Amino acid sequence: MVDTEQTDAPSEPQGRHVTYCGVCTLPPEYCEYGGTVKKCQDWLQKAHRPLYDRIWSPEALEAATASLSVEAQKRAAKDAQKKAAQAEKAEQKQADRMANSVITIKRVERNKRKFVTAVSGLEAFGLDLKKVAKEFGKKFATGSSVTKVPSGGEEIVVQGDVSDEIEEFLLEKYKDIPEDNIELVDDKKKKGAAAG
Amino acid sequence: MFKKELPTVPKSKLKSSVQRSLRQSLLTTYPLLNRYIDEILPKKGSLEAMKLPDRYTLYVLDSQPLFFQIDTDTLLPHLKLVHRFPAGFPSIRIDRGAIRFVLSGATLMAPGLTSAGGRLPSGAGGDEGMDEEERWTRELEKGEPVVVRAEGKMEACAVGLLVEGTKEVKEKGKGPVIEEAHYLGDGLWKLSTD
Ligand SMILES: [Zn+2]
Repeated sequence: MVDTEQTDAPSEPQGRHVTYCGVCTLPPEYCEYGGTVKKCQDWLQKAHRPLYDRIWSPEALEAATASLSVEAQKRAAKDAQKKAAQAEKAEQKQADRMANSVITIKRVERNKRKFVTAVSGLEAFGLDLKKVAKEFGKKFATGSSVTKVPSGGEEIVVQGDVSDEIEEFLLEKYKDIPEDNIELVDDKKKKGAAAG
Repeated sequence: MFKKELPTVPKSKLKSSVQRSLRQSLLTTYPLLNRYIDEILPKKGSLEAMKLPDRYTLYVLDSQPLFFQIDTDTLLPHLKLVHRFPAGFPSIRIDRGAIRFVLSGATLMAPGLTSAGGRLPSGAGGDEGMDEEERWTRELEKGEPVVVRAEGKMEACAVGLLVEGTKEVKEKGKGPVIEEAHYLGDGLWKLSTD
């Protein structure tokens, strides 16, 4: 790590780089306090083997429990169990929600042969709309922003007709989204309607 | 104080005069950051502010959260900043048993610090920092910001303001020590700053 005995005005960067858990986002030594310990362990074992060995070695685990009284250990174990059950329930709920949610990619004709593509329903899959809008903008080199819809929610509006590309991009990047849960819609302007 | 999830809010660039005065007040509160300050706030860097609920402001540089405050109260470091520069902030240590309470947003109570696994300052004086026993060399006053480390862990798990001086904590051995802390996994920790 960092040598704290350095003199003033160091020329080398002094900031430490800490690895955070790819599952629960905490420093991995704190994964035991979340409800996703098993997943965290799997991730760490794959991503940072030495760190995994240090944190989850039998010696480290023994040291961890040795300093707690039997009573406290029991309470901690019960607490961990409860947390795991809660996390599992939340996960199941999210899985159900995702299974029953649909992402709509709608091609909207703004003017004659001028299109925008509106994408809604992403939040059910745990996606941050702003972030995804940025990704779209970058990927398709076009304008892309989050806008409110009259019904109360939000959607991403991308300039141009990129429906197919967006579907492909979503399926490629976010593996949690089943293909069946994406629908493509074409919102054609009626002839003679005013351009909006 | 960040028990709930925080909404994503826009970032706004700060005027350079505001950036300068924040830099100054950061150094006044945390003199030990002096030698890191150009790395934390590079001269050419552009500091941004995120206005959060309950009059909190989070300061962000290049998507990295740095510190936060209520109105213009004491600047507190985001835990990610503490992890980058642990030597820059006075700290105390809780015992292993207290970790799960702190991580669920409970008030930190004295027994978690006075027990065998806890560490309160030695008050020995001399160069400010941590001794071999992991005790801070200076007693900390009521109202001072403090980082909370944990027994058996490398990284800090919380940060907050002392509602009791560390000397009094040792003497009394009971009661709340830090209320309303920012802790690992809370809303501020999870807030996206991209
Ligand atoms: Zn984890």
